Amino acid sequence: MGLEQFKNRNVGTQNYKMLDLGQSPETGMGKFKQVLDRTFKGELLVGLWVTMREMINALFKGQMHTVKYPFEKLPISPRYRAIHDMLRLLESGHYRCIGCGLCEKICISNCITMDTRYDENQRKEVSEYTINFGRCIFCGYCAEVCPELAIVHGPRYETASEQRASFSLFEDMLTPIDKLNLQQEYDGFGAVSPNADENIKKTPLAY
Amino acid sequence: METTLVQNLPEVTAAGVIIKAILILAVIAAIAGFGTFIERKVLAFMQRRLGPMHVGPYGLLQLVADGIKLFTKEDIVPQNANSLIFKIAPSITAATAFIALAAVPVFPDFTIPEWVPLLGGVFVPSIAADLNIGILFVLGMMAAGLYGPLLAGMAQANKWGIIGAARTAIQFLSYEVVTGLSILAPIMLVGSLSFVDFNNAQAGGISHWLIWQQPVAFVLFLIAGFAETNRTPFDLLEHEAEVVSGYATEYSGMRWGMFFIGEYANMITISIIAAVVFLGGYSEVGIGWLTIILKVGFFFFLMLWVRAAWPHVRPDQLMWLCWKVLMPIAVINIVITGIVMMV
Repeated sequence: MGLEQFKNRNVGTQNYKMLDLGQSPETGMGKFKQVLDRTFKGELLVGLWVTMREMINALFKGQMHTVKYPFEKLPISPRYRAIHDMLRLLESGHYRCIGCGLCEKICISNCITMDTRYDENQRKEVSEYTINFGRCIFCGYCAEVCPELAIVHGPRYETASEQRASFSLFEDMLTPIDKLNLQQEYDGFGAVSPNADENIKKTPLAY
Repeated sequence: METTLVQNLPEVTAAGVIIKAILILAVIAAIAGFGTFIERKVLAFMQRRLGPMHVGPYGLLQLVADGIKLFTKEDIVPQNANSLIFKIAPSITAATAFIALAAVPVFPDFTIPEWVPLLGGVFVPSIAADLNIGILFVLGMMAAGLYGPLLAGMAQANKWGIIGAARTAIQFLSYEVVTGLSILAPIMLVGSLSFVDFNNAQAGGISHWLIWQQPVAFVLFLIAGFAETNRTPFDLLEHEAEVVSGYATEYSGMRWGMFFIGEYANMITISIIAAVVFLGGYSEVGIGWLTIILKVGFFFFLMLWVRAAWPHVRPDQLMWLCWKVLMPIAVINIVITGIVMMV
């Protein structure tokens, strides 16, 4: 896509269509003529045709707008910040978190709590990791600061649950080991949507 | 003009009429209920929605769910309401709607086979009461139906109800005039008030339909029919955006359901009248039962279609349209019809 059309900033001077509103009739005869004109103009039939066209489009051309929500879901943007996921290393299956504690530090609502210790190989191991989703504001700083792409925002936006604790343990957020091959790589904080090109519109900049 | 049914048909007995009455009650009440489902579906499709989908296949059993809800809902009579009239009013609407159906032809006539115990051999006529003034009776009954919304609105001690009742009075009274006048021209042409005579007069194919001789009367009758059945361009009685629910504001449960059934039964009645008087009724030989269903179905669909497409009118526009436009046109139509007949 070229940039020419974005460089044209004289948006306010382009193809405006003026509505032909006509004149309101003054005399009785004029009003009568207006009634006659409108009666035989067939505008009512145009209205009927529009609804019928929409019905045909919906029924036979697959333009039904309804999404049967719990059964069907619309795709969400990769930049959407929903419940966090903890990713694993693809080769070993071990979780990526190295226990650096940056996410805990940067969290502006203080909702991440973690505890680490040394395991038998003197490597940092996460012994406890919870996110209090009653406090989390889904700002995404934790995912942005993580040096290992270990904590990311997943696509799970249905966060109604009986208990606040339902999502918040490390094991709940960790990719299940048997679904490791389905693990989605995170494009990174601020990634561009796959359909970004379609969404670009010319912004009027001349004021 | 000789009278009504072909002479060699079996005698109409009391048993046959009773069976017919039960048939009409059961079938039309079911169709009226089913009409609500059709309406929701058609409106949904026209707005590119799916409509009810979850009760039964494609939502077909939504009617059952609605029925359970209506029957089990608490029956509330407001504190300051006139409880007797409040309770009677819905039955007026439903009853007049079904009484009107007694005099219109619903389904073709048939004889119950001999092997059926008890009722074998009973002839069931197409019209429960084949009056020679059928049209007058039906229009009169539908006019009497205005007492339902009127009394309901006035009895419920609610300002929206009062406004709804007032609108009932102006709307139904005004449009009675147009209905009567518009249908007078076809009556003059046929020379009878019986639906069967109308049907027989149009036998012989599409070119004999009265709509070609009386297009103006047809359009006027349709407009007035929409107003009388309280359908969309003229549904001022329960215009949600203005008067909450009009005369039905305080109603809930089955009483409200009776208003609804009455409204849909009236829609069916108007559809049948329009089909029989203007579109040749069931006069096609052999397939009359099918064509009448198609014609009635078309008018029913038209009412839903119009509801999806057109906005409401204001009460003053409604009165203006009735008294200053439709009624003069109807009178002129009658005069011209008379002149053409005399010449």
